[in-house]
Amino acid sequence: MLKFTTDHEWLRLDGEVATVGITNFAQDKLGDLVFVELPGVGTKLQKGAPAATVESVKAASDVYAPVSGEVIEVNAKVGADPALVNSAPTGEGWLFKMKISDTSELGALLDEEAYNATIK
Amino acid sequence: MAQAPEPPLKRTPLYDMHVRLGARMVPFAGYAMPVQFPHGIIKEHLHTRAAAGLFDVSHMGQIAIRPRSGRLADAARALEALVPADILGLAAGRQRYALFTNSTGGILDDLMVANLGDHLRLVVNAACKAADEAELRTHLADDCIIDPLSDHALVALQGPGAEAALAAFVPEIRTMRFMDIRTLRLSGGASVVSRSGYTGEDGFEISIKGDFAATFCAALLRDAAVLPAGLGARDSLRLEAGLSLYGSDLDPATTPVEAALEWSIAKARRRGGQRAGGFPGEEVILGQIELGAPRRRVGIKPEGRAPVRGGAPLFGRDDDAVPIGTVTSGGFGVSLGAPIAMGYVSAGQATPGNRLFTELRGRRQAVQICELPFVPLRYKRS
Repeated sequence: MLKFTTDHEWLRLDGEVATVGITNFAQDKLGDLVFVELPGVGTKLQKGAPAATVESVKAASDVYAPVSGEVIEVNAKVGADPALVNSAPTGEGWLFKMKISDTSELGALLDEEAYNATIK
Repeated sequence: MAQAPEPPLKRTPLYDMHVRLGARMVPFAGYAMPVQFPHGIIKEHLHTRAAAGLFDVSHMGQIAIRPRSGRLADAARALEALVPADILGLAAGRQRYALFTNSTGGILDDLMVANLGDHLRLVVNAACKAADEAELRTHLADDCIIDPLSDHALVALQGPGAEAALAAFVPEIRTMRFMDIRTLRLSGGASVVSRSGYTGEDGFEISIKGDFAATFCAALLRDAAVLPAGLGARDSLRLEAGLSLYGSDLDPATTPVEAALEWSIAKARRRGGQRAGGFPGEEVILGQIELGAPRRRVGIKPEGRAPVRGGAPLFGRDDDAVPIGTVTSGGFGVSLGAPIAMGYVSAGQATPGNRLFTELRGRRQAVQICELPFVPLRYKRS
């Protein structure tokens, strides 16, 4: 079950670990990605803080932490092949995993129906 | 107070075609233009270097200059008062790159000037066309009729497959060399075709009456080798080719010598030449040709994978506080698979291989000065 932010990040929860990426809507809007900068493992992020950067041919875009926590893993594959984020934004194109520090923040995230309503 | 509404975006004669092809339209110089088509910028860029990309550049200004006397030399002489190029020596059927300059030696616009026998034809940047037309009227109206060809579309067919694709319509284009220009019949209408472009590839720029443009382009696109391409790919292609973009790499505070465009200033217009000077900013420009300019446009290769964009500062050392230059264009070299940029550094630093530093998201990143272009130019010169 994916949760979403209004900034077009998605989050997949597995116990206390959240996998984070950008939505299909976001990758389509950005166009072909040529560079992804991921946070360092161990980085502590506040909800809403800039966590990563995705760059298309034309411009750079920030990806924000959907919840607070600590980065425990980053997806080396997208570093080497940014196009994965375009082709598989919610699958193989995931960006980073975090250990959540405050589960109450999850309530503020949107479910799929609510997110889709924001991008109509 | 209520805000005055924005004027609606202008449309080129190919607007409907772009929308039908699924283009992502964006505002550009007051026009609704395609930034990309469904294939995306990367595919459009690669396809242009491998086969043929078709670009709508109808937003640019096309201006005919007709001599009142009927003698083309009079129009050429009149135009030479505004550009440091050799227009009198431009043969019929040939086109040349030129610059409009201002009194301090800066660049007002970069353009193409062509000799079509009985008139000159200019192609200028979209954002400058109103100002360029006003300058032409102010300075040339006595000797010339200034005729903006506002009912004409302009498309660029670029790539190694462009010749074959266009020859299917007009076989004689095969005999054209780089910077030749001819009047030809296309899709039932007269059109002007030059062998030139903004990608570094062989290709053609085709001026055609708006009424015929959509039919002609539809016919061209039926050729499997030709794909439509948008402004996104146009920008990444020209950057790889080391070509300047007016408004980014060139502006009224930048001289032709700083911009490494002194090659466009013909011997005839330099000190000792037959028609030395006689254009705005001649003192500054001719002085710089002899003595050099304080800064220079260079190629820039970021050492990492992160693109460096226009506006980023350049430092001599990673802990310097004062920049010695600026990035003016930057992005991703799609054919190279690496980030590339252009910018200006002080003349003493403009040596290929020189390692400098930029600042990206608060951190210093190493870059190297390099030669332009980033890819080989493939113009058909013979």
